[in-house]
Amino acid sequence: MTNLELDRVAFEAAVADQPDKPSGGQVAGRLTEGLRTIAAALVFPAALLLVWSGASRLDLVPAQILPDPRLVLTTFREFYATGELAFHAEISLFRVLQGFSLGASVGLVLGISMGLSQRVRELAEPLFLAIAQVPPLGWIPLVMLLVGIDEALKVIIIAKAAMIPVTINTCKGIRNVPRNYREVGEVLTFGRWLTLTKIVLPASVPTVFTGIRYGLTNAWLALVAVELLASSEGLGYLMVWGRQLFQLDIVIMAMVAVGLIGFFLDWSLGLIERWLQRWEVVGT
Amino acid sequence: MTAVTTTSGISGKARTKQHWNGLILPAVLILVWEAASQFGIVDARLLPSLGTIAGRAWNELAEGRLAVDIAASLVRYLTGFAIGSALGIPAGLALGLSRTLDRCVGPTFNAVKQIAVFAWIPLISVWFGVGEAAKIAFIALAAFTPVVVNTWAGARSVPRDLAEVAQVLTLSRWQRLTWLAIPSALPSIFVGLHLGLIYSWLATVGAEYFMTIGPGIGGLMTEGREHFHMDLVILGVVLLGGIGLGLNRLATVLETHVLSWKQH
Repeated sequence: MTNLELDRVAFEAAVADQPDKPSGGQVAGRLTEGLRTIAAALVFPAALLLVWSGASRLDLVPAQILPDPRLVLTTFREFYATGELAFHAEISLFRVLQGFSLGASVGLVLGISMGLSQRVRELAEPLFLAIAQVPPLGWIPLVMLLVGIDEALKVIIIAKAAMIPVTINTCKGIRNVPRNYREVGEVLTFGRWLTLTKIVLPASVPTVFTGIRYGLTNAWLALVAVELLASSEGLGYLMVWGRQLFQLDIVIMAMVAVGLIGFFLDWSLGLIERWLQRWEVVGT
Repeated sequence: MTAVTTTSGISGKARTKQHWNGLILPAVLILVWEAASQFGIVDARLLPSLGTIAGRAWNELAEGRLAVDIAASLVRYLTGFAIGSALGIPAGLALGLSRTLDRCVGPTFNAVKQIAVFAWIPLISVWFGVGEAAKIAFIALAAFTPVVVNTWAGARSVPRDLAEVAQVLTLSRWQRLTWLAIPSALPSIFVGLHLGLIYSWLATVGAEYFMTIGPGIGGLMTEGREHFHMDLVILGVVLLGGIGLGLNRLATVLETHVLSWKQH
């Protein structure tokens, strides 16, 4: 098992690990159960927040080490009101979308051709695996020397991060299409094109989409790394800047933004995934 | 997983042919590369010939610098990984075994997990200074998260019938932990450790880039970039891939060895 496979397996497990829905019972019972779950989930962060704000109010920790949570909130409001947070977030999002679309398209094309043709797979797989073996971060100095530190660097690194899981999963998804699905196509005398668009692609959607989701998660991770290293705008830059000014409130605000955006990116792909897989729900 | 890959392999002869086919593309690439740099089609600074890279590797090796860099990275990496997993396994077990912790701390952990790991670097560099401690703390954090996630999942899914047997036998808490929870969570724990191994290797490179330059493969590559020594950078890329691959192989071997009882 290569590390890429392992990585993917763990990611699939994480995606599949939806919280248990309260089963049966009346609506009221489920409601109190839900409220209780939420309340339990809030206890720990509330306690943490209390200790944190107590510690900074009593000057137990200097603000350069851990700023008062209220200061973080004020900074957040300020950055939100001036539109500065939106500005940096937009730049980061735009970069991720550029890199991700490039990487995912290349990954889809490569994955489909590797999945459909034995020959392409034999030719391309070793080289692909060699490239995949070095983490995106490892390519940064090399790409920097080749294209400089501008947008191209960010897009290339993010695209590389997104491409790997998309390719692997697309190839795997297509190869694992059940044989009897294809046989149905043969019976219906589908040509190559119809078999591909009506049978192979829809049937491989779940696996492919896991790859796409994972690709986007990877792309977001790579964005943060590359922005920390070489950037003059974006959320990663905001962190570096806050760190240099010893204004940890800015750093923490940017971290929260990174977490939230990362979560929503994955969440929205999850919605699209469910929509694309609606045929399966009907079928079972 | 390993079983699947071996059974899906085709007969020996076809496999060797497949191996040869796989070498065509890299060979063509290397030929084009070598030709381009030999005939000066591309700036030699951008695309050093293979001889230059090999020469650089030999030089670095002979001067003993390469060994120092690799050793520095590996020591840092293993220390961080050891700390991260030593904290992660108990944390994951606690989350998986105690319903209260699962409900109170679990959601917070899952929320914090959403923050891309590199986003912690600025904060960690403030909290732990700019030296070795900060790097190790960051590597430990990168290992900690997957170890917790998988240990947690493993400990939570103790088979119900076994849990009932434990109840009938009125095992103490400690006995239930060591005889039931840990053995049944072991495969998941290993997946977590394996992932932790991969993530902390990534984090080692990241820490060496982002924090102060010191000996290490990341340092070597940064230096190569700053002085425009492409050969040094390519050497670093090869080292990163090679060491990552080697560690991964080692982990797989250990994993199958330790978990062999499970197959019987």
